[in-house]
Amino acid sequence: MSESDATIERLTREEYRYGFVTDIEQDTVPPGLSEEVVRLISAKKKEPEWLLEWRLKAYARFCELLADEADPTWAMVDYPKINYQDIIYYSAPKSIKELGSLDEVDPELLSTYKKLGISLEEQKRISGVKVAVDAVFDSVSVATTYKDELEKQGILFCSFSEAVHKYPDLVKRYLGSVVPYSDNFFACLNSAVFTDGSFAYIPKGVRCPMELSTYFRINAAGTGQFERTLIVAEEGAYVSYLEGCTAPMRDENQLHAAVVELVALDDAEIKYSTVQNWYPGDKDGKGGIYNFVTKRGACRGKRSKISWTQVETGSAITWKYPSCLLLGEGSIGEFYSVALTNNYQQADTGTKMIHIGKNTRSTIISKGIAAGHGQQSYRGLVRMGPKAHGARNYSQCDSLLLGDRCGAHTFPYLEVKNDSATVEHEATTSKIGEDQLFYCRQRGLSEEDAISMIVNGFCKEVLRELPMEFAVEAQNLLGISLEGSVG
Amino acid sequence: MSTLGFREAFEALVPDAAAPAWLGDLRREAFQHFEAAGFPTRRQEAWRYTNVSAIAETTFELGSDAGEDASVTRAVNGAAFGETAATLVFVDGRFAPDLSRTLPEVATSLSVSWAGGSTGRPGPLGELVDPKLHPFAALNTAFLCDAARIEVPQNVTLEKPIHLIFVATPGARRVHHPRILVGARASSRATVVADFVSASPEVSFCNAVTEIEVGPGANLDFVLCQRETSPTFHVSNLAARVDRDARLATHTLCLGGNLVRNDLQVRLVAEGAECRMNGLYLGTDRERIDNYTEVCHEAPHGTSAELYKGILAGSSHGVFRGRVIVAPDAQKTDARQQNPNLLLGAGAEVNSRPQLEIRADDVKCSHGSTVGRLDEEAIFYLRSRGVGTEHARTMLGQAFAAEIVDAVPDQGLRDALLALITARLWTTGEAS
Repeated sequence: MSESDATIERLTREEYRYGFVTDIEQDTVPPGLSEEVVRLISAKKKEPEWLLEWRLKAYARFCELLADEADPTWAMVDYPKINYQDIIYYSAPKSIKELGSLDEVDPELLSTYKKLGISLEEQKRISGVKVAVDAVFDSVSVATTYKDELEKQGILFCSFSEAVHKYPDLVKRYLGSVVPYSDNFFACLNSAVFTDGSFAYIPKGVRCPMELSTYFRINAAGTGQFERTLIVAEEGAYVSYLEGCTAPMRDENQLHAAVVELVALDDAEIKYSTVQNWYPGDKDGKGGIYNFVTKRGACRGKRSKISWTQVETGSAITWKYPSCLLLGEGSIGEFYSVALTNNYQQADTGTKMIHIGKNTRSTIISKGIAAGHGQQSYRGLVRMGPKAHGARNYSQCDSLLLGDRCGAHTFPYLEVKNDSATVEHEATTSKIGEDQLFYCRQRGLSEEDAISMIVNGFCKEVLRELPMEFAVEAQNLLGISLEGSVG
Repeated sequence: MSTLGFREAFEALVPDAAAPAWLGDLRREAFQHFEAAGFPTRRQEAWRYTNVSAIAETTFELGSDAGEDASVTRAVNGAAFGETAATLVFVDGRFAPDLSRTLPEVATSLSVSWAGGSTGRPGPLGELVDPKLHPFAALNTAFLCDAARIEVPQNVTLEKPIHLIFVATPGARRVHHPRILVGARASSRATVVADFVSASPEVSFCNAVTEIEVGPGANLDFVLCQRETSPTFHVSNLAARVDRDARLATHTLCLGGNLVRNDLQVRLVAEGAECRMNGLYLGTDRERIDNYTEVCHEAPHGTSAELYKGILAGSSHGVFRGRVIVAPDAQKTDARQQNPNLLLGAGAEVNSRPQLEIRADDVKCSHGSTVGRLDEEAIFYLRSRGVGTEHARTMLGQAFAAEIVDAVPDQGLRDALLALITARLWTTGEAS
């Protein structure tokens, strides 16, 4: 085994750091999916009638899709059929009740988040920057920080369940307006059984003074996590939202099917960043999260902007296409992605940029890294509608292969129906150059550092889009399993 | 969509008296595959952007080659371009000896070899295009009654191209199923031009299949020139196998047709194989042109370079899908792919899907795809030099297409193609 092979071996064997389980009393419903379960979830959340009806419609549609075996099979991922009756659809820590302040949160939960590096104590600031955090533990939100401070500016940031009670009009108006309940197989399932998530509303002209963040944690065994996030930026508003996720190490595969909806009105801007680090399974491909997520943003207003940045290092399987509907004249969509697959991980991810309005612009930068037996696909759609005069798109998809048993694939779809639109797409696939490595080594860098440096350079265009405190986390994450190309 | 219309014709087809027994089995089996699969629909990923129901809903008639026809002769003469090593003409899928000039042992037809007593099944026939995967190829095989057969012997270099011309007799809703078999033996070198022309402006359907074998160290240029009149439906399947250190260059020119679909699959099966795929598609009015290409790198040190260019005027619709597949052991592969498109009409549409599927790590693969219109500044520059707008547009369109035409191996053919393209660009310029 050559020296660099050994380096890979060592690096790729690094343990998943967030694989512990919190021992906490859980309130769970028995596994299985039925109308009862949907009603039960709705009842547990004391939801209004209209929401229950919406859930039931989604459930009915899901049953139809399930009967038709309409689960998507077009993605380049391979997994046994999921039995939707084996999943627990609701699980919450028992100690959750109406909380007056953060002091009342179960200390066990607080220490869980501390272990994950997420402080829920307001006085403590991450890297000196204020971040408001909504912590979602299995099916429910356990705490949201800095709420009062945000409310002073009219910014609403709370768990989804809370929003349903406190701001029903807003929720009713926007829920399902970007991703309808019948959108796709997993969105349909989510709409029927979603349990919690985050809600953010930025009023007209307000620039959100701090990063809003949600930290998702799967804890209980046998559960699926189905959360729903809704962010609305009114005219001229700005918000930067971060999302992180981890799960314990288990031999079973757990399903995570989330839906995220963003709405940006005139001149509004939403920046959505994800560092996805669900448990990826062990080195033989056993266990890990199935991350089947629907994310979509609608640039409804003129000159509005939605920017997706994602670092996908976790999950056994990732199936995720954060998209932008560019409706407003001059609106902008952006997608920056780093996806890493190691061991037996599979990722089929990309974006959709649907240009409908005039002079809309979009940029796609996707960096895929495959190592071990990892399979990596970029799948993206750029559609220029007949009225998208002067629309522009630029896409760049690069893949880096580390090892001879992995695969990298690129499936762009360009559909242009307007002759004044300009679309450019380019993609490359290669491995780390021997000369690059040699150059670094002769400057005295160890092989490990050299590889890490080259990989970080490869991802730089995406990482620099992340908010600072996330960029550090992302770089560390990449460091764990990225390095190690056979030079 | 029904395959019934073809059943009757299939049963009515009387085979050549000298045809060998294996042909009947091959045809029957293929027809079963065609009936089982039916016509492809848009639900199938490979046919996502192209609807073939217009073909499925039309009842086509096989021409019966009723001897001498003035318009056929005119079409054949019109396709001529300079000196050739051989010219083979197939009317309604059958060899027309009076219009052809064969090169014995090298360029001939299956029916001629049957008549000469050789009834063995020729090399690549049915081996490269799988009728189970391609309903149109199955249909072609079901109606197989003759084929162009090119065999370039070992170490032989043919200086002049071999010209194949395919045409249907005039008549309403004519269908023909041309079949081409090419074997370039070790270290040989040749150019083959397959020319598809129309003898009448009526609706017709051409369903061609080409199978090519390029032996070790051989070098083959294959030109597929599709220049039928507008109401033509044209479906073509081409599959090739390229052996060690051999080179295959394909030049696909789609210059007309109501609905055109070209499938091209090249397998690089041994070390050091090389493949170039050039393509140009020119759409006007409401024409639809769909090109599907696939190159499989199955062995190390393979090279592939693909350049498909599209010019779409009027309300035409161009589709490109290019797959590059690199097998786990195909290290040191170098694969490039480009698909630039030019939109000249307000209603024109392009779908481009360049795809990389890579399972080896020590490779260099890239693809690019662009869609845009003519550079306003370039037009302005030409106008400032006293060139009219229309003329300027034609010039720029011609320059865009020239890169593909320039790679076509024969000067006479190049000139003919350039004239065709220019004429088409002029008409679209006037229309817009």
